[in-house]
Amino acid sequence: MSELRELYQSVILDHNRSPRNRGPVPGANRRAEGHNPLCGDHVVVQARVADDRIEAVGFEGRGCAISTASASLMTEAVKGRSSAEVEKLFEEFRQLVTSDPTREAPVGGLGKLAVFSGVREFPLRVKCATLCWHALQAALEGRSEVSTE
Amino acid sequence: MSFDVQRIRKDFPILSRTVHGKPLAFLDSAASAQKPQCVIDAIAELYQRDYANVHRGVHELSLRSTRALEDARAKVAHFLGARDPREIVFVRNTTEAINLVARSFGDTVLGPGDEVLLTEMEHHSNIVPWQMLCERRGARLRVAPIDDRGALPLDAFEALLGARTKLVAVAHVSNVLGTINPIAEIAALCRSRGAALLVDGAQAVPHQRVDVGALGCDFYAFSGHKLFGPTGVGVLWGRAERLAGMPPLYGGGGMIASVRFEKTLYAGVPTRFEAGTPDISGAVGLGAAIDYLEAIGMQNVERYEQELLAYATDALERVPGLRLFGRAPHKAAVFAFEVEGVHPHDVGTILDSEGVAVRAGHHCAQPLMDRFGVPAMVRASLALYNTRADVDQLVRALARVREVFA
Repeated sequence: MSELRELYQSVILDHNRSPRNRGPVPGANRRAEGHNPLCGDHVVVQARVADDRIEAVGFEGRGCAISTASASLMTEAVKGRSSAEVEKLFEEFRQLVTSDPTREAPVGGLGKLAVFSGVREFPLRVKCATLCWHALQAALEGRSEVSTE
Repeated sequence: MSFDVQRIRKDFPILSRTVHGKPLAFLDSAASAQKPQCVIDAIAELYQRDYANVHRGVHELSLRSTRALEDARAKVAHFLGARDPREIVFVRNTTEAINLVARSFGDTVLGPGDEVLLTEMEHHSNIVPWQMLCERRGARLRVAPIDDRGALPLDAFEALLGARTKLVAVAHVSNVLGTINPIAEIAALCRSRGAALLVDGAQAVPHQRVDVGALGCDFYAFSGHKLFGPTGVGVLWGRAERLAGMPPLYGGGGMIASVRFEKTLYAGVPTRFEAGTPDISGAVGLGAAIDYLEAIGMQNVERYEQELLAYATDALERVPGLRLFGRAPHKAAVFAFEVEGVHPHDVGTILDSEGVAVRAGHHCAQPLMDRFGVPAMVRASLALYNTRADVDQLVRALARVREVFA
């Protein structure tokens, strides 16, 4: 049961209930769609990038609590960052959610994103947490679509 | 014979295990059913005692394996009420059976402007092969609508059944809504218009007696693994006259009468459709599953499951915030639902933590999800080994969902 509480932490439930940066981004010049064909979840990430800095970022779509909260917290975390910084953050995030749950969570410089450490106990939900990151990465690289499969 | 669910549960070893420290309430049989010990034993015994490749063997073990395979075919024929075991083609699964008909029958019969008629409740495996066929032949796909309860109104169906309709493909039982379609009536309509009828029986055979003669369809497909048999074996039943006119799908060993570089003559039916070494142990395991079900009696299974359906419908209707999707008057014990404000995946994860195995997602029926305006649903599907206690465990676990998402 504690594992379930660990997964559905109050920060995650809060961001699921009231997602931040949800909606289109005015003047967006980067956009990509992410699909999870397994469950039909779908997210669109948009960003306005100038001089390799994310000035604004937002997401749209429907998904589970984990994917919605992940997209919401991701948009907060990446604002103002360069694509190289986003790349590094995504790598750390990926390592966190796929790390060995019996060891201490490698939260490093993840800040608020550390609330996703509970996903480690639920391997089936890793794709829910990373879908928005894949979409953002695709958008920054100029690809328009990405799938978790 | 009376139906004793506790005795039946003892036949399925996996049902006594725990999951996450909780007793297992396995409510995912529509995806794949669990296996009774007799099926597991039949497969092991074949390999321990009688196994060799089938057909044309001159030695004892080949003869025994061949007999075991053909016995399984005869059991399937009897189970479906087929006139002749030669109407039974062993394939890998329902998907392969439908693709075989789409290729061998569809490519022969359909021309530009002809039509294939489906329903809105079909599984992707009864949609995509027909789309591919229509693309190959320049034919058109028509879709009969369902109503808000998830039933198929026959007047709308009939209106779409036209002079160009060469083939109709319908699920006997919906894998999401549980709707039992009126196949005999549909078959009569198809016959009167000269359209062939394929029935996707994957979700019907585990729950009710099926008699292809009484149904009046042309093709009937199902998978062994949903019928308490092993994965890797499925069945296409085809009316003898239909199969006789169909060319083979795969070429290779086993499906020929003679091979010369100038010309190859194909074997008869069903051998023509079974190129290569078949899934011998799969067929034997399926035969054992059918023996098991015949001993219980499918009428008894159906009666028991209909009681369980009524109990579970009543219990789920009283869960606050739960919306049930399939409300057709004739349905099997399959429950598609959503919990207000909680995504089906989150519901699935929380139910799993309580030992309740359900499926969450689009259930390979995205057009049906669109029809109801949702991206996904939770599905609890019952089988002959489920009990009221399983339903109660589901209802308690659903209370837990509300706690976590309060």
